[in-house]
Amino acid sequence: MRLLDIIQFTGQTLGRHRFRSAMTLVSMAIGVAAVVTLTGLGEGARGYVLGQFSFLGTDTLIMFPGRRETTGGMPPVTGSAARDITLADTRTLKRVVRGLEQVAPLVVGSATISYESRSRESVTIGTTASFFEIREIQMRRGKPLPDLPMEQAKNICVIGETLKTELFGNSPAIGKWLRVSDRRCRIIGLTEGRGDAFGMDLSDAVFIPVATAQSLFNTEALFRVFFKVKKNYSLTKVEQQLLQIMKERHQGELDVTLVRPDAMISTFNDLLLALTFAIVGIASISLLVAGILIMNITLISVTQRTREIGLLKAIGAPASQIRMLFLTEASLLALIGAVTGVLIGEALVFTGTRLFPDIPFRTPYWAIFSALAIAFATSTVFAYLPANRAAKLEPVNALSVK
Amino acid sequence: MKQVLGYDPKMIELSEICRTFYLGEQAVHALNKVNLRIEQGEYISVMGPSGSGKSTLLNAIGLLDRPNSGEYLIDNIATSSLKEEQRAAIRRDKIGFVFQSYHLIGRLSAQENIALPMVLAGVAPSQRDPAVKQVLAKLGLTDRAHHLPNQLSGGQRQRVAIGRAILMNPSILLADEPTGNLDSKSGAEVIEVLEQLNQQGITLLVVTHDGALGKRARRRIRMVDGKIVDDIRQ
Ligand SMILES: Nc1ncnc2c1ncn2[C@@H]1O[C@H](COP(=O)(O)OP(=O)(O)OP(=O)(O)O)[C@@H](O)[C@H]1O
Ligand SMILES: [Mg+2]
Repeated sequence: MRLLDIIQFTGQTLGRHRFRSAMTLVSMAIGVAAVVTLTGLGEGARGYVLGQFSFLGTDTLIMFPGRRETTGGMPPVTGSAARDITLADTRTLKRVVRGLEQVAPLVVGSATISYESRSRESVTIGTTASFFEIREIQMRRGKPLPDLPMEQAKNICVIGETLKTELFGNSPAIGKWLRVSDRRCRIIGLTEGRGDAFGMDLSDAVFIPVATAQSLFNTEALFRVFFKVKKNYSLTKVEQQLLQIMKERHQGELDVTLVRPDAMISTFNDLLLALTFAIVGIASISLLVAGILIMNITLISVTQRTREIGLLKAIGAPASQIRMLFLTEASLLALIGAVTGVLIGEALVFTGTRLFPDIPFRTPYWAIFSALAIAFATSTVFAYLPANRAAKLEPVNALSVK
Repeated sequence: MKQVLGYDPKMIELSEICRTFYLGEQAVHALNKVNLRIEQGEYISVMGPSGSGKSTLLNAIGLLDRPNSGEYLIDNIATSSLKEEQRAAIRRDKIGFVFQSYHLIGRLSAQENIALPMVLAGVAPSQRDPAVKQVLAKLGLTDRAHHLPNQLSGGQRQRVAIGRAILMNPSILLADEPTGNLDSKSGAEVIEVLEQLNQQGITLLVVTHDGALGKRARRRIRMVDGKIVDDIRQ
């Protein structure tokens, strides 16, 4: 039989049973749309989360005090509190460790910020110029913190966009004196956007030199130290050196933790990918349901058209041809349904990107391809049994069915 | 396929054909050691009481059914050992069937119903369309080509069925009570068409209950209880 004739013959059959065909089509479309949409959502979520971390880059290390064991087990009985990481530690690390491009100490606290009669509580970050470079913080106006020696305090500050608007409205802020707790700092720059979303919104923050923050909050202890590793240096080697030196400086006790965002990112990536697969797996169940529906519909079709099968055989159709016709019927339905499903799914994903422009919803090609393949395969597998039954009918028996 | 080439025109030969149905414990001998030779171009009527095995005989000759024993040769091909696919090929190429209840496909037009054997056989439209047109003209159905079966009269439907049966130029036409569902006028028309085809050389085998109709055939077979009891030639 010629392909065009097969398609026409099948089309006429499907057209004759519009409701039945439509139901099969819809069930397949829903299944495929579910797979496409959920994969799109999963991939979007993954892309979004990774995006949140990507600013850290793959060449960054973060140190914080205390040992966070990943192996579990009992905490030490003679639990001496973790020693602080100090500016002196930072300076030594910067001097001794090979392969460091930038080192940014961080002191974080909350302080009352006021200008004239307006005031509010705000995150106050004591750091250095390096932090602006490591985190790639963009400036809207003015300059970032200058490259001072770490221990040098200076009454200057950089503020975030939101804070600026709240305190100054539309009037210019650069050069104005801001009161940070009990100190007066001159505003030298405005940061742009959210800065980063690593747990905090930096558009709300005040940046001051690290030494200034230490005296403001009356502490030696650093909250974090950020390191940026030079190109062509192994992150692992730098990590080992940093830990080694901290251990030496802390009387042989390793009481700091180093986080590698690149490892973190890949862990998150694996986790979210697994989640996506799980969701898609669940969605695939609807494809299975559609497959079973196709089996039933084909069975009904075979039963109702037994006389026709008898006739086709009587005029010379071999069993293989009868089987092929019924399989084509099922897979054509499945394929049209699946393509419809892909379109619906893509439309939903597209709508999602319009509603939440920040989240990169996108259905990968492998998902679309496998949804189509699964739809086609289930329809063929499930229709095979009834189709084969039709093929094996004895012509004389099939013809005499009432 | 066993085939002995080119020695005689004899095209159909049944020897000792048996077809037995079992209804519970009871065996019904629908065909009981039937022997029959049919030459090319014959016009045969098959008559006999209901249940005598006429349809079973026709189905056996048409390769729609498998006898339990005996041998059936068509154009010197022994059919008892053929596989189903080979039997389908013989049905397609050598045999035309006309049923009492037409067996047209309701969703296809007259023309599409007639074209079906060539569609299944994979004949290209360029060859198929002229052949179908010719058959439509031959059966006086040209102006009904695009009608669906339920828009046609009984006689027209049966003519469509005949058109479908002869499209592939079979050598034998098997008709099982072709006028059974028709009034006498359309019945006469259908018989006329069949006889015309016979005059053009096709072998014609008609099962009928109508004595007058049976008498028109040059050779009349009478069956009783699965046996051929009379075989009269004129
Ligand atoms: N599939 C079957 N199963 C059981 N018995 C059958 C079957 N087909 C035919 N028979 C029996 O075989 C016998 C011959 O049947 P057949 O249909 O050949 O008769 P017939 O001469 O064509 O009768 P009618 O004139 O009523 O059409 C009958 O007794 C019938 O009951
Ligand atoms: Mg009969």
